[in-house]
Amino acid sequence: MAPSRNRRPGFSRRAQYGIFAAYVGAVGGALIGAGMLLLSTFNPPAYGAVLGFFGEITTPVSTFLGWAGRGITGIPGNISDHFTVMGENQRLKKEIEDNATLVQRARTLNQENRRLRALLKLRDVTPEAVVAARLVNSSMTSTRRYATLNAGARQGVRSGQPVRQADGLIGQVISVGPNNARVMLIIDPESLVPVRRTSDGMAAIAAGRGDGMLDIRSANVTNAPFKAGDRFVTSGTGGIYPPNIPVGSVVRDANDSAIAQPAANPSALDFALVQKTFLDPDAAPSAPEPPAGDDK
Amino acid sequence: MNRGGFLPLRRTGAHSRTRSAWLAPVSIMLGSLVTILPFVATLPVLPPFGLMMMLGWRLHRSDSLKPWAPVLLGLFDDLVSGQPLGSGMFFWTLCFLSIDVLDGRLVWRDFWQDWLIAAGGITFVLVATRLVATPFAAHVDTALLVQTIISVALFPLVSTLCTRLDKEPRRQ
Repeated sequence: MAPSRNRRPGFSRRAQYGIFAAYVGAVGGALIGAGMLLLSTFNPPAYGAVLGFFGEITTPVSTFLGWAGRGITGIPGNISDHFTVMGENQRLKKEIEDNATLVQRARTLNQENRRLRALLKLRDVTPEAVVAARLVNSSMTSTRRYATLNAGARQGVRSGQPVRQADGLIGQVISVGPNNARVMLIIDPESLVPVRRTSDGMAAIAAGRGDGMLDIRSANVTNAPFKAGDRFVTSGTGGIYPPNIPVGSVVRDANDSAIAQPAANPSALDFALVQKTFLDPDAAPSAPEPPAGDDK
Repeated sequence: MNRGGFLPLRRTGAHSRTRSAWLAPVSIMLGSLVTILPFVATLPVLPPFGLMMMLGWRLHRSDSLKPWAPVLLGLFDDLVSGQPLGSGMFFWTLCFLSIDVLDGRLVWRDFWQDWLIAAGGITFVLVATRLVATPFAAHVDTALLVQTIISVALFPLVSTLCTRLDKEPRRQ
């Protein structure tokens, strides 16, 4: 390539000043950028509103592209479905007959269970679901792991709420726009989730590694042994994540800190369920309180 | 590129300058917008197409972008990419200004040098943003290396695309 033309545009002072001003603008802009970078490093939620506004524009596009993609990739499946449906119908009918007795027994058990629960006056703290929405895109070029959710403040999503799928925990809402929200996935390097082992209830912390896996560190036991296949669920400590959502399972034996595979795979682009914060400081009255006069 | 062996006598500068003046920023922004494709990735493997387009335009012709353009383009990239806000503004401009300095030193450069400069720029921006965005202990370095290699390998394509875009449409 030929060398660039001499940047000095001649004897025109005006043109020379123009170029000088452009470089002053570039350096000034870079310095402003550095300042914003410092602010976003030390106060990450500072730009939530701006990001939410931009998400308003990009989220519908992603949603449409996702819808179109699903439609196109679904066509072969739909055709083959049509032909397998007949055989499947026969098989299912037979299965229903087989299951009838099982269902009857389950119903009886369910009724009994309800009666016993009423007897115990057990109050379930079932965190209510806020909204079910799709994850439409993610930060594919960045080392941070964010995804965009196709629902926002208008649908009741608030910053800090946990997001899950049927298989397990996905992440936490970190900034909210009117109709979109940004979700920090649990595999993000800055994500921390308090968990416990399903087998013995040992408390631990699941931290994102950044490479799609989780680091499980024991919270209060030193030299705690981890076995491959140990399953971890949220413990409810900290009051953000409701307890008993699957988080991940340990990949191989280790002491003190183990690598775990997340239970939910958000790349499936399925619906994600936003739940209310487990112990919401704003909704404190609705949290179960011990009945008065019960304590001794 | 001059496949026919003829040199155009007519200077096309004035016309194509106005064309690249809007085409360069628009194509760079479209490059940044690749992140809104509907995939939820668990690893950062997608090349930073916005940055690559910017380097492609800058190395293809030095007057396609004003010196302050990377500030705004970087800001736009930050808004859609999930990188910390301000990182693109700062690092892209730094990259752009260093290319300006290099332009003054290198008298004549061919595509290999362009590629080398672009590789340096991409690596610098990706590594610097990783250092700012993610804690030092995070295990993202392997993925980052893969991402860098893919980006550098794809740069000639992006550069060709910029050249194509800059060409004037054929007159009837």
